[in-house]
Amino acid sequence: MSASSPSPQIIIVGAGPAGVRAAQTLVEAGLRPIVIDENRRAGGQIYRQPPPGFVRSKKELYGFEAAKAEALHSSFDQLRPSIDYRPDTLVWNCMPGHSGQLDLLHAQRHATLPYTHLILCSGALDRVMPFPGWTLPGVYTLGAAQVALKAQGCVLDGRVVIAGSGPLLYLLAYQYAKAGADIVAVLDTARFGGKLRALPTLLRQPVTFAKGLYFMGWLRAKGIPLLDGVEQIAASGQQTIQNLRWTRGGKTTEIACDALATGFGLRSETQLAELAGCRFVFDELNQQWLPQRDDAGRSSVPAVYLAGDGSGIAGADAAELSGRAAALALLQDLGLPTNAAAKTAAEQESRRLARTLRSNLQFRQGLETAFPTAVHWARNCADDLVICRCEEITAGQLRRSVQQEGTVEINRLKAMTRVGMGRCQGRVCGAAAAEILAHATGVSVAEAGRLRVQAPVKPIPVSAALAAEEQT
Amino acid sequence: MSLLRRVAEQERKSISFWLDGKALSARAGDSVLTAVLTQADRLRRSEFSGAPRAGFCLIGCCQDCWMRSEDGVAVRACTTEIAEGMRLLSGTAPIAEENTGENK
Repeated sequence: MSASSPSPQIIIVGAGPAGVRAAQTLVEAGLRPIVIDENRRAGGQIYRQPPPGFVRSKKELYGFEAAKAEALHSSFDQLRPSIDYRPDTLVWNCMPGHSGQLDLLHAQRHATLPYTHLILCSGALDRVMPFPGWTLPGVYTLGAAQVALKAQGCVLDGRVVIAGSGPLLYLLAYQYAKAGADIVAVLDTARFGGKLRALPTLLRQPVTFAKGLYFMGWLRAKGIPLLDGVEQIAASGQQTIQNLRWTRGGKTTEIACDALATGFGLRSETQLAELAGCRFVFDELNQQWLPQRDDAGRSSVPAVYLAGDGSGIAGADAAELSGRAAALALLQDLGLPTNAAAKTAAEQESRRLARTLRSNLQFRQGLETAFPTAVHWARNCADDLVICRCEEITAGQLRRSVQQEGTVEINRLKAMTRVGMGRCQGRVCGAAAAEILAHATGVSVAEAGRLRVQAPVKPIPVSAALAAEEQT
Repeated sequence: MSLLRRVAEQERKSISFWLDGKALSARAGDSVLTAVLTQADRLRRSEFSGAPRAGFCLIGCCQDCWMRSEDGVAVRACTTEIAEGMRLLSGTAPIAEENTGENK
């Protein structure tokens, strides 16, 4: 770096697979990034580490992925002296500018941190679709059920149904059955035919594909019913879930159960990218508005980089690669490395990473064909179905706003009905609300617009908000 | 009634806490959510319908698991570790000291 330019303050948000590899790449180049993570320990959700004092081995915790988890955790442990690590810290606002600034919350206290460069590795959460009874205690996301086991040594109690779509469905069922959970059914909303169509693309990653087949075979051998082509799931119960009903091939079935884990793949956490000023585009594959990024991870905003599942779902392996790619792009933009040979090597590696990531995307397209999301559920749902869990806003309220107030745009719908305005800021209900709006107005989900986010991106104590006001 | 069942990591130090005025024990390293839902079947009631809620995503995204402590502090149950002597309430709505984007 030239002597005239001040040293860069690089902040990586998120210490999952992408964030850790980005940090490692910067440290290797002699820089000292700040790594902020909402979790107490590094690893993200996929390689999430239980609290200190827990004793299960990595093999028990991560199964087939134990070696990858181990590698990521040990890389991070080695990085610790060379980075400014801030665990258990929420980034709740990002103010872009010549020198940008983040608002942080740690131990109930507010702080601000300036940045010159930002690498956002904000990860993802379960993509969910509302259905009758989905707010009942005992109904959780697939990821939630997995986190309970991985990070807390617990399973959902009693008779468990696992329903939805995507690779996590069978993985969770396998992990749960192995851990001693009582799985009474695995309900796949995708059809076997879709999986066959997707076969050629899925075979691009034969190991991943084989793992899925292994889980299904193992579950069948244990006598656990695996049903595909399931539609219209509905939970019912008084204080907790007690029954689950579904239709399959025109026939309705109802069984007694005590818990349900459900999900349809993953959805990117994009709030900070939006506050950082990144340009968004509607992504058909993810069925979500995503911050634009080039092959290397550059966003539309100079000095803001994107990596991992937070800017499009590609999985943990791709997240590690994209974390490294984004850090290499950042270094290149800083004019590093200065040595010509090292520079050429870095450029070659960037191109190699970009090629791998593009090929990974094709696999992901195969997954979408094999496990389509049941977004259409929202279109035809009953008027009394709660769409927004935070404020219990129903599908009927959304449709009435369209019919009576002529609402055609999602932020207008938010203003009129408060959908997407509650504590979760539309993370959970946004997709379904957009689907209902689009269907009611006869436009595409993309045309219905993008639900805008506001700081704080997650609830913060009023005292911290006031402290932030005073400082600005 | 419980929503979660322990299947591993049983050998941890015991932590005492209070739920709705009743003394209970959890294990060191439990989240508030784990501590409560291994022996109860809700975390709170909805401030709109009064219906019971027990969390949903467990990774700090859905904001469904906010509880209230007796001194009025809002606690996100899935990301807060249980601590000795915590006094939690499950029958109330978590309209506590918190700020979401709507006020800005």
